[in-house]
Amino acid sequence: MVELTIYGIVLGSIISLGSIGLTLVYGIIRFANFSHGDFLTAGAYVALFLVTGIMAWIGIPDTNFGSLSFGWRMVIAFPISMAVVAGVAILLDQILYRRLRAKKSGAVILAMSSLGAAFIIRMIILILWGADSLFYKPGLMRPAIELPLGAKIRPDQILILCVVLFLVAALHIFLKSTKMGKAMRATADNKELALVTGIDTERIIIWTWGIGGALAAAAGILYGIDVQLHPYMGWNFLIPLFAATILGSIGNMYGALIGGLIIGVAQQVSTAFLMPTYKLPVAFIIMILILFIRPQGIFGKE
Amino acid sequence: MEIGGIIAYLVSFAIMAGIYAVFCLGLNIQWGYTGLFNIGIAGFFCIGAYASAMITTPKPTGIYAHYVHQIFGLNLPFIVGLVGAAVICGIIAFLIGIPTLKLSEDYLAIATLGIAETFRLIFNNEHWLANGPRGLMGLPQPFQGLIDPKNYNYIYLVIIVIIMVVIYIAIEKAIRSPWGRVLRGIREDEVSAAMSGKDIFHFKMQSLVFGSMVMGIGGALYAHYTKSISPDVFTPLYGTFIIWVMLMAGGSGNNKGAVLGAYAIWAIWIGTKFMTDFLPYTLKARAPYIRFLIIGILLEIILIYRPQGLLGEEKKVSKMMD
Amino acid sequence: MIILQAKDITVGYTEVDILHEVSITAGSGEIISIIGPNGAGKSTLLKTIFGLLKPRHGTITFKEWDITGLKPNMVVRKGISYVPQVDNVFPSMTIQENLEMGAFIRNDDYSQRLKEVYELFPAMAERRKQKVGHLSGGQRQMVAMGRALMLDPQVLLLDEPSAGLAPVLVSGIFEKIRDINATGVAIVIVEQNAKEALKMAHHGYVLAMGRNVLDDTGDALLANEEVGRLYLGG
Repeated sequence: MVELTIYGIVLGSIISLGSIGLTLVYGIIRFANFSHGDFLTAGAYVALFLVTGIMAWIGIPDTNFGSLSFGWRMVIAFPISMAVVAGVAILLDQILYRRLRAKKSGAVILAMSSLGAAFIIRMIILILWGADSLFYKPGLMRPAIELPLGAKIRPDQILILCVVLFLVAALHIFLKSTKMGKAMRATADNKELALVTGIDTERIIIWTWGIGGALAAAAGILYGIDVQLHPYMGWNFLIPLFAATILGSIGNMYGALIGGLIIGVAQQVSTAFLMPTYKLPVAFIIMILILFIRPQGIFGKE
Repeated sequence: MEIGGIIAYLVSFAIMAGIYAVFCLGLNIQWGYTGLFNIGIAGFFCIGAYASAMITTPKPTGIYAHYVHQIFGLNLPFIVGLVGAAVICGIIAFLIGIPTLKLSEDYLAIATLGIAETFRLIFNNEHWLANGPRGLMGLPQPFQGLIDPKNYNYIYLVIIVIIMVVIYIAIEKAIRSPWGRVLRGIREDEVSAAMSGKDIFHFKMQSLVFGSMVMGIGGALYAHYTKSISPDVFTPLYGTFIIWVMLMAGGSGNNKGAVLGAYAIWAIWIGTKFMTDFLPYTLKARAPYIRFLIIGILLEIILIYRPQGLLGEEKKVSKMMD
Repeated sequence: MIILQAKDITVGYTEVDILHEVSITAGSGEIISIIGPNGAGKSTLLKTIFGLLKPRHGTITFKEWDITGLKPNMVVRKGISYVPQVDNVFPSMTIQENLEMGAFIRNDDYSQRLKEVYELFPAMAERRKQKVGHLSGGQRQMVAMGRALMLDPQVLLLDEPSAGLAPVLVSGIFEKIRDINATGVAIVIVEQNAKEALKMAHHGYVLAMGRNVLDDTGDALLANEEVGRLYLGG
């Protein structure tokens, strides 16, 4: 049970990264982005392309760092992939959602459009890489470290937790102390007033997509490092992402962090009683319960 | 290709498009007329198909029972299967509606998505229910003894068209009634509709149930056409997304649009198959993805440049307004 | 010197027009009060001046510029600030952060301006790290006005600043508005509390059913019997 909880925290931290991005988009741009899961997938695959493709071609060495499953290639590919997916998210906004916003389309049309975008991203990945599961480093042995209480954790997973912590801290500082970060918080708080204040809400929207996309990409890469890559990996995360976002109150980044951890642990612990394929319904049931009992989430106002 | 082959091909095209048209008609009730954003169509597709399958096949016995597991098997005629599918879907829609219809539109969407995926997972994992991933085969077709199996599709096409027309007329009558006007009022402006004293929740529920029953019929029609079903048929792609593209393309809020959209998009879908037949061998395996990419891009183009679809919303909905 | 002029404004939210050929004029440094019954379109006029609505007919001139139909984020850059009636603060942010947001489009060092605004509202200075959502209605209104002042506007548009405030706080708000005006800012104020609004007004406009009904100096309107009967509660 302890082991399940620990792995649940690892999984949950990955979910958190994704749902922090989702909650920012939901809070600032005000629609349910159904393509967020596929941002995760895109991030993982872009990193795969860089690590197994370009870097091999350039000639960057492939050796791992000690007992971790990756080396310099991934360290370089990670931020690049984040930037690429941030760019993709911004591009989608400029091509699709901005036009729909200008036509005053409702939240449902925007959500429908994002559903289409989700399929488009996934189809492109399926065209380029096919439907099989892939790995950053196939055939690697993954030794685990023993922890007290008989639990085990892999060095990779410890690093995942560190990376998530780092990104969350960086985002926190950004939102608290920088001008753009404060403007994003203001826009999430009261979009109409932000407009009245002269804040350029279109620029805020671009930044929101960029950050959301980058964090989702990070989550996808981390999941790929820990488990595997396959084209539906992000889509399978969509319901847990929404569950975590709603649980933590829409627009609240710290809520999304906690929500993600709760969902992750709940999903892992459920595998003690249910088959692992039912992890998605577990997240879904939690989401329905929250919507029933306390729809504004843990941190929402009445 | 000789003329007989072309006609047979067109008939199977018309049948499949007709099945999807039934789904579009059902979705049109929910979305086109009431504004419910249901992205869990695949769930009702799945339940309708399995319900009819199990109503119309016998429960496996003897040695056979080792290979095929079904929770029940009634071995009743096709029409009972159709009706049963509709009824079961209606009941399930009612149960789903109780917690979810009070939610806002995008939450409703997420909920329907989760439910559909949950259904598919349950059917895939619980082998005792309907044979798990292997699914059910050998489903009976109505009037199958009457004609040479080579020409059976003509009969099925006639059945499909009859059912489509019946459903179309039923929906048109319902929409032109006072009930239908309330639905439109809800879609236009829920707040005002609520203030005029109508119980919004009940109307939404009726719309959800009615639409789901139609979708259940669609699922049953699909099952008896393909004669075998398994959980991987009812994916978000084939079971939900393509239907949305069809309705948006044809015109949401317009029953003729629903049918037209189904045929148009299915024609494009089949058309893309011909296109991808020309691909080099290495890309052939990726052909379905390329085809779906085209459908996805098509949806975005529709949403941006012609969200009202080909036919747009029906202008006159009430006899009294003529 | 006329600093702001709206001429023959016809505007509505849908096909139905709320305002019909309404005109007001504000001189530099003046307080202009707009009063009238509910639904007269007073708030709509402010929103149109600020660019939140585009008028069907009519022009709006600020200084030497024609700002008709200009978007709010451009209007605010020209020197007009707007305080909406409701939802006029960022509740999850502190007082200091609200003021910083007010100064968002400034690229210079605005610490001097910050000091001046805190001097105008000393009670805010003590609690600058508090989240605005936790403040009372009256305090929030002060923050809302302070936010709008951060850009050194020459015209301040106030939409019913005393609405929803406890009576004991109302005079405090109007005193603050006078203080703000004393620093040279012209104020166009829409108010339900017609008496107080006219008491401090250089000029007043009465709007009813979306049209100009009457306009005169503040004192003259206060003395006017009909105005007194209809709008000042006897």
